[in-house]
Amino acid sequence: MTALLEARSLRKRFGGIAALEDCSLTVEEGTITALIGPNGSGKTTVFNLVTGYLPADAGTIEFGGQPVRRPEPARLYRMGLSRTFQQARVFTELTLVQNLVAAIQQPRRSLLRAGVGRDDRRRALDVLGRFGLERLADARAGDLSFGQRKLLEFASVLMGRPRVVLLDEPTSGVNPVMIEVMERHIRELHAQGLTFLIVEHDMHVVMRLCDPVIVLDHGAKIMEGPPHVVQRDPAVLDAYLGA
Amino acid sequence: MRRVTVAGAARGGVATAALVAFPFVFSTPYLMTIGLFTVMYMALATAWNLLGGFSGYLSLGHAAFFGIGAYAEAITFTHIGIGGGYRPFALLPVIGVGVALASVPIGVVALRVRAATFAIVTISMLFIVQQLAFNLHSLTNGAQGMSMPLPPFGVDTYERPFYFCMVAVFLASLLTCWATATGKLGLMLFAIRDDEDRARGLGVRTTYAKVVAFAVSAGLTAMAGGIWAYYEGFIYPQFAIDPLVTIGAVLMAFLGGRGTIWGPALGALILVPAQQYLAYSSQLYLVAYSAVFLAVMLVMPRGIIPSARDLIAARRSPRRRPGGEPASTPSGVAT
Repeated sequence: MTALLEARSLRKRFGGIAALEDCSLTVEEGTITALIGPNGSGKTTVFNLVTGYLPADAGTIEFGGQPVRRPEPARLYRMGLSRTFQQARVFTELTLVQNLVAAIQQPRRSLLRAGVGRDDRRRALDVLGRFGLERLADARAGDLSFGQRKLLEFASVLMGRPRVVLLDEPTSGVNPVMIEVMERHIRELHAQGLTFLIVEHDMHVVMRLCDPVIVLDHGAKIMEGPPHVVQRDPAVLDAYLGA
Repeated sequence: MRRVTVAGAARGGVATAALVAFPFVFSTPYLMTIGLFTVMYMALATAWNLLGGFSGYLSLGHAAFFGIGAYAEAITFTHIGIGGGYRPFALLPVIGVGVALASVPIGVVALRVRAATFAIVTISMLFIVQQLAFNLHSLTNGAQGMSMPLPPFGVDTYERPFYFCMVAVFLASLLTCWATATGKLGLMLFAIRDDEDRARGLGVRTTYAKVVAFAVSAGLTAMAGGIWAYYEGFIYPQFAIDPLVTIGAVLMAFLGGRGTIWGPALGALILVPAQQYLAYSSQLYLVAYSAVFLAVMLVMPRGIIPSARDLIAARRSPRRRPGGEPASTPSGVAT
């Protein structure tokens, strides 16, 4: 396997607090990699640095073997790296179809074309169908439940035909049925060749879904390995139990 | 699928017919002047809406472009000598395109900041332009102002050429708003308005979309300024680049419903004649004007059109369940 996403020696401080300190991690192509750790260990900060939402104080990022000099969300998305957020972020005033079509890459000269073209709509409905949301295609995204918003956000990032998707707590705050739906989608997309990096608190989901598992604590990686090994590692147990 | 609905076409047709018929029905100079300024603010509010309504970037400095358009007319007349008659009108498309292009670098810089900071940056831009108009004596004649050619139009129908020209600018603004709202640019702007960071994360070319909207909006505003300058005959910096012009247009857009196609025009249609009427009927006209505005904003905080649309939708489906019922129309392309 080859490294699809690689972060080396990332450092990020917020005032006097070190969110990340010399943090390095690699996401191999074709894996579902988990990024776990106690609250405040720096998981979401890693996401924010890697996707360009925050500038790193130090460190380098490579995607697809190419160095990413100044990570910028839109450019990374076009390169095939997309993410979701812990609190699902959708365009609440737009319909579900518009949410998905907004995420389709458009050339600059397309500004005057119809907002939702026939092909755009067909493609959006196809994706919504896969997520069981086609019935709500023309509803406002702001009217969706939290779980439905999570699904819509997940569906949106797929419109850019990504190579790797970073999911920030995809199952938090959703009911067990929705967790199962989310897991199924991740498995299906993984089987089609998509790579995932997932921040997740639900260890059952991590153990069922992910391999390898990377553990962060106090802004640094403390362990990486298969889930059953990580689960029994004394350093990991120590970090979680705070011994 | 960009479709012109029957209702939309009917609305457009009726509005155009009414605007064209107005000078023939109400021909007194007083009413024609009110008509002219009403249409001017309809154009300004609609042009402002392109950026402020669709993307959520509240520019409070659009009067700068209005003034630049006015000065462009006056400078062309004084320094180049284009002559009078209908010629200054022919210059308007050139002014519109020129100001739109000139506003691109301003937009690139100003649109790097958001929300209140953007509003402050645009106000600063307005005062910078006003100071330039005061101080570039060789070009603008400073505080002494600049004159335009005397229009050779008859006294009884003096306002008509200006009025029809303003109607053309308004319709151009309205069509631009419609094309934007139903096009890819509109979708990008609505995504930016909802959550700009998320839009960036989904590959939306946010800077590009905002700058295009800013430039087109500036160009249309400048064209209205050019007509105003010719109508007034003489322009001064403090009146050509007047913050109250922007504030008026913004209030009208808020009243009618910013982010909708017809809302800003509706707001202007209500506020400009009301302002004129109240000014003549009572010394407390500003209080009355404010009271009317406050009352509407308290009852309908999103503006008349979105509130009315919500009310109609609620009456049609009183028990709307979350995630279950489609919106009556996608709000981004509300009419």
